[in-house]
Amino acid sequence: MPEGNGVLIIGETQDDELSLATQEILAAGRKIADDLGQELAIAVFGNAVDAPAQQAVSQGADRVYSVTSPLLAEFRVELYLAAADTVCKETGPAIVLVARTNQGREVAPRLAFRLGVGLAQDCLEVSVDAATGTLLANRPVYGGNAVAVVSCNQSPQVAAVRPKVYVPLDPDPARQGEIVSFPVDLDESMVRSRVIEVVKEEAEGVKLEDASIVVSGGRGLGGPEPFAQLEELAKLLGGAVGASRAAVDSGWVPASYQVGLTGKTITPELYITIAISGASQHMAGCSGSKAIVAINKDAEANIFREARYGVVGDWEKVLAAMTETVRELVQE
Amino acid sequence: MPAKIAVLAKQVIDPEMPMAAFQIDANAKRVVTPPNIPPVVNGFDENAVEAALQIKDSQQDVTVTVISSGSEFALDVMKKPLSMGADDLVLLQDDSFGNSVDSFQTAQLLAAAIRKLGGFDLIICGRQASDWDNAQVPLGVAELLGVSCVALGKKVELKDDKVVVERLIPDGYEVVEASLPALVTVSNELGQPRYPTLRGIMAATRKRPTIWSASDLEMDGGELEPRLTLHDLFVPVSNAECEIIEGDDEQDAGRKLALRLREEKFF
Repeated sequence: MPEGNGVLIIGETQDDELSLATQEILAAGRKIADDLGQELAIAVFGNAVDAPAQQAVSQGADRVYSVTSPLLAEFRVELYLAAADTVCKETGPAIVLVARTNQGREVAPRLAFRLGVGLAQDCLEVSVDAATGTLLANRPVYGGNAVAVVSCNQSPQVAAVRPKVYVPLDPDPARQGEIVSFPVDLDESMVRSRVIEVVKEEAEGVKLEDASIVVSGGRGLGGPEPFAQLEELAKLLGGAVGASRAAVDSGWVPASYQVGLTGKTITPELYITIAISGASQHMAGCSGSKAIVAINKDAEANIFREARYGVVGDWEKVLAAMTETVRELVQE
Repeated sequence: MPAKIAVLAKQVIDPEMPMAAFQIDANAKRVVTPPNIPPVVNGFDENAVEAALQIKDSQQDVTVTVISSGSEFALDVMKKPLSMGADDLVLLQDDSFGNSVDSFQTAQLLAAAIRKLGGFDLIICGRQASDWDNAQVPLGVAELLGVSCVALGKKVELKDDKVVVERLIPDGYEVVEASLPALVTVSNELGQPRYPTLRGIMAATRKRPTIWSASDLEMDGGELEPRLTLHDLFVPVSNAECEIIEGDDEQDAGRKLALRLREEKFF
């Protein structure tokens, strides 16, 4: 039986609200806490956290540790880690959940190492065996080709949960919870790195990661020119253009287009693949798409195993006709 | 300024292998090593080698040591960083080191080797491995050694007693400066790793890796106590039943596909 009691969420805020990913893991944590018959707590960090603390109670937390310090006004990983580490050590939870956001990707592993425990990374599902108190985590490995079920051997059991998997609870203003101030000792000297410049890169049109429709091209396009046709369809659909690693490695499009294990992970509503075979490397970046469309001349291509709609044939003929029909439909 | 750089690299099953070759041994709860497909150095780790070699190219007295942990190695594969231009290769090889599940254990081994080698000014790692995608070992090594840590670099430079990293953020990048010693993880945005040169390949052939086992690293049992239990490993069942859209010809199929997507209100 793992030691510790209750579930602790390492919270993240954005513009004085809980981040969406934090709201999601509050819902996941609420279910686990109920299954265990234990308390759900959340630690919220910042200069002032009254609003997100209230929000946390309304979305499922029984207790909020309000960890405030001027040093926490901005996210600086060393200070956040020190604060999170203190909360974990002093409150002794059985389970700690972190959202695997950009911040969480760095915070979760480093926090687990500080606590001397394992981390179930990038979980698609977390559940608890109420009899043993063991947290079972499902996580994709080998680029999503396999799923591993893991648990942590020591306490606390720490899991990093992938965003956009759980659905936040509707805020209930009548929910009761305790908000306690949690002082931590922080020191500017903990900071080992400092940002000296931020460079924003303005992408033209819709960003690949944000697009609800993505049109991607692969090796089978045979050269850089066909990407103009993909751009045309993407534009009509209000979407973005992506590419497989083969297309990027061939120099047809910049690396920023790449979808896959070594590129971007996207979760559009519709993912239209043109002349992409669907190697595991590529599927790792797009398996979260709501629906995949495959246009490929090889009926045996792996992409058809993952796709909801497919056309077997010469992409040039299929795409040209498809684009014209889409144009007519959107102009109606 | 002279500098000692370590690159942490992992040997992995080739992620570009055909899907048909991907098999799981359900009883052993492991992925079967495909017999006819050679393993590769993890892609992001080759980016890390490239980052280290760029620093070596730009200043005097830089040594690049590649360190890897595993239960068995394909030596010609693991020598690739040497043929690209790295100076030394240290392999931590023991039957008990093949545990990809437990990032904690791997990080402990690598940290022990780094200490045994007298420490480094800069440690560069790939952001994650293409097999277990844990993205934990580098950050764990930084924690265990208590060094500065900057994740997701696309450019790494040494300036005086600091490392300057262009680090990816969702809408661009930030330039981060960290005190040495430091650990930096890099991503594919760093650019294509260089190809081995003929001279590099010849030099690598002559170089012998240092090979250390568990006893060489003087790890105690408590440090290597497993942190995770693997309960199951399986291939997820794809529930997508592909609806093949057919037409009189390919153009007709294209038109019908557009109409079908419209019907389903995708646009």
